[in-house]
Amino acid sequence: MTRLMRSLEALRAGGDRVLICYLMGGDPTPSRAAEIVVAVAEAGADVIELGIPFSDPLADGPSIQAAGQRALNAGTTVPVCLDIVRQVRRTTDTPIVLMTYLNPILSYGLQRFAVDAAEAGADGAILVDLTPDEAQEWQDAAAAAGLGTVFLLAPTSTPERIRLVGRLCTGFVYCVARTGVTGARVDLPPDLPELLARVRSETDKPVGVGFGISTPEQVRTVAELADGVIVGSALVNVVAEAGDSPAAAAAAADLVRSLKAGTRRA
Amino acid sequence: MPDAVMPDARGHFGAFGGRYVPETLVPALDELLATYLACREDAAFLAQLTDIQRDYVGRPTPLYHARRLGDKVGCDVYLKREDLCHTGAHKINNALGQALVAKRMGKPRVIAETGAGQHGVATATACALLDLRCDVYMGEEDIRRQALNVHRMHLLGARVLPVTSGTRTLKDATNEAMRDWVANVRDTHYIVGSVVGPHPFPMIVRDFQSIIGREARAQFAEAMGSLPSVVTACVGGGSNAMGMFHAFVPDAGVRLVGVEAAGRGVETGEHCATLSVGRPGVLHGSRSYLLQDGDGQVLPSHSISAGLDYPGVGPEHSHMKETGRAEYVSVTDDEALVGFQMLARTEGIIPALESSHAIANLTSLAPTVPSGGVVLLCLSGRGDKDMETAVSALGLGNALNGGL
Repeated sequence: MTRLMRSLEALRAGGDRVLICYLMGGDPTPSRAAEIVVAVAEAGADVIELGIPFSDPLADGPSIQAAGQRALNAGTTVPVCLDIVRQVRRTTDTPIVLMTYLNPILSYGLQRFAVDAAEAGADGAILVDLTPDEAQEWQDAAAAAGLGTVFLLAPTSTPERIRLVGRLCTGFVYCVARTGVTGARVDLPPDLPELLARVRSETDKPVGVGFGISTPEQVRTVAELADGVIVGSALVNVVAEAGDSPAAAAAAADLVRSLKAGTRRA
Repeated sequence: MPDAVMPDARGHFGAFGGRYVPETLVPALDELLATYLACREDAAFLAQLTDIQRDYVGRPTPLYHARRLGDKVGCDVYLKREDLCHTGAHKINNALGQALVAKRMGKPRVIAETGAGQHGVATATACALLDLRCDVYMGEEDIRRQALNVHRMHLLGARVLPVTSGTRTLKDATNEAMRDWVANVRDTHYIVGSVVGPHPFPMIVRDFQSIIGREARAQFAEAMGSLPSVVTACVGGGSNAMGMFHAFVPDAGVRLVGVEAAGRGVETGEHCATLSVGRPGVLHGSRSYLLQDGDGQVLPSHSISAGLDYPGVGPEHSHMKETGRAEYVSVTDDEALVGFQMLARTEGIIPALESSHAIANLTSLAPTVPSGGVVLLCLSGRGDKDMETAVSALGLGNALNGGL
C-alpha cells in the first residue's frame, strides 16, 4: 500500500492530520458515486473509504444501512464498485480503501478480489466482520496482490488484540471510537483520550478514529488525539439529501472543505 | 476430529463455523467461551441446571409411541414430546442454560432475537425466573403473525422491540440484536436462539439442546432395547434438530434426516431450504450454507412457519451435510399444513407449524424405512401460537372440517 503509506507519512511529516472520508459505492447511482468521490478528493479528503454495499450490514447504523440499500437498488455489485475506482483513478491519486463485509467478497473470490481491486487502483480494503483470527487466507491474497489490509480496533480490545491488529494493518489502524454502530452522534465518547492512549502504547502505526464523528468541531477535537479522523454517516446523509443530482457532489465537497479545516495544523 | 467432539478450539466444524464479527464483540465472545467452559465443568452449575430442567421445565419430556400416526404414514413412529416443555417448545432448554451463564458473568441485561416468538418467550421466561432485564427483537411481520407470543412476552416483563428493516422477519431481528449487542456489550448478554452465530454460540446452544437426544436415546433403548432406524426433525437455524441428532451422531446405523421449509416451492425462490439449494457464505458470525444471490447478497426467505423463516442454518448442520452424516430434505407450506392437521386428527396433538414440516415428511420417509424399523421424530413445539395462521391458510377452518 505504498501510495497510502506515502500519503500518510507526508501528512504526518507536515504535522497535518489525515481526513478519511467514507462514501457508499453506487449511492445514489454508480456514475453519480464516481462524481462524488472525485469531488470529495478534490475538496481535500486525504483518503477515501469506498463502501461496497451488503444486504446485512451488522456494524452500521441507519444512515449507512439506507445508503447501502439505495446502492443495491441501483444495481451496485463488487465489479461495479471496482469500476468506480477505475473511473476515479483517471483524475485523482488520492488513496482509496474499499470497505465492506466478508460475504460479497467471498462470493466474488478472495484472491480474485485482491487482484482486481489492486488492478483497479484501490490501495487497501477493510472487511468489517473479518478479524485477524480468521483472516490468514485474506492476508495472503491481499499481500500477493499488493493490496493493503486494514483491521478494526474497538474500545473493548485487549492489549494483546491491539498488538495483533497493529501488526497486521498496513497503512493505518482503524480505531472504532465507541461500542456501537456507525452513525452521527451529538457527543464524542468521554473515554476517547484514554482509548487512544491504550492504542498508542501498543502500536506505532498511524491511528484513524471513526464511528460517530460528523462535525468540524468533532474532527478538530479528534485530530488532537489521532493521526486520522474518519467521517462517514455525515457525508452519506448529505448525499442522501441531494439525491440523484449534480448537487450531491457539490454538497459533499462543501462538507469536506469544512471538515478539512479541522485536520490542518496551521 | 470425530464429529461428536466438534468444534475445534476456534469454533470450526470442518470448513464451517468460526467467528466473523466486528472487533468490538471479540472480547465478549472470549469471555462467554471462558465462562461457559467453566460452567460446563462446575458441579454446582450443572446441579442447578438439572434441578431447573426437572422441576421447572418438566424434563424428561415423554417419548410417545404415535400408533395412529404410524398407521396413517406407514411406519412406526415415536415422538419426543418437546411440545410439553414449559412454554411449549424446546427453546426453553437453551434460554435457561444461557440465562444461568449470563448470571454467572454478572450481566444484568439480556437481549434475544425471535422469529416465531418461542425463543423470545423462552428467554423472557428465563429472565423473569432469574431476575434479568430482557429485550426481544422481533420483525414486524412476525409480530403480526405471532401476536399471542408477543402478549406472552409482555406479560413476562420483557420489552418487544419491533424491527422494520429488510423482510421484517428473523434475519432482520438478528441483525438488530447484533447491533444492540455491539453497542451494549459490556452489560448485556445476547441469548442467541439457535445453533447459529459466532463461536461459541453454535456449540453452547447445541450443548444445552442435546439433552433432547440424550433423553430420547435412553428412553428409546429402554422401551425397545434398540436404536431407531431414523431420527428426524425440522431445521430452520437447526437447534431442535441438532439437539436431537447430537447423541446419535456416533451411531452410524441411525439415519439423521433434517426437514427444511420449502415455502411456496423451492423452484419459486420463496423458501428457506438453505441446505438443499444454498451455498456456503458468511452471515451473522459464522460460515455456513446461506441463501444468497450471485453477488453474495443475502436473499429474502419465506415460510409459513415464522420459526423456520431464516436464510441461514447452523454451521454444524452444514458440516453434517458435507460429510453425509445427515440428510436434508424440504417440504412446502401446503405439505406442512397437511402434517399439522394429520397429527391433530390422528393423535390429538396440535403441533407447531415448524414441527409440522417433520411430520409432513413422514409420508415420504416411510417407504425408505426398513421393515421393523422405527422413526424417532422431535416434536419441537406445540401449535397454539399458530392457530390464526393455520386457520387463515386453511380457509377459515373449512378444510379442518373435511377430514383427511
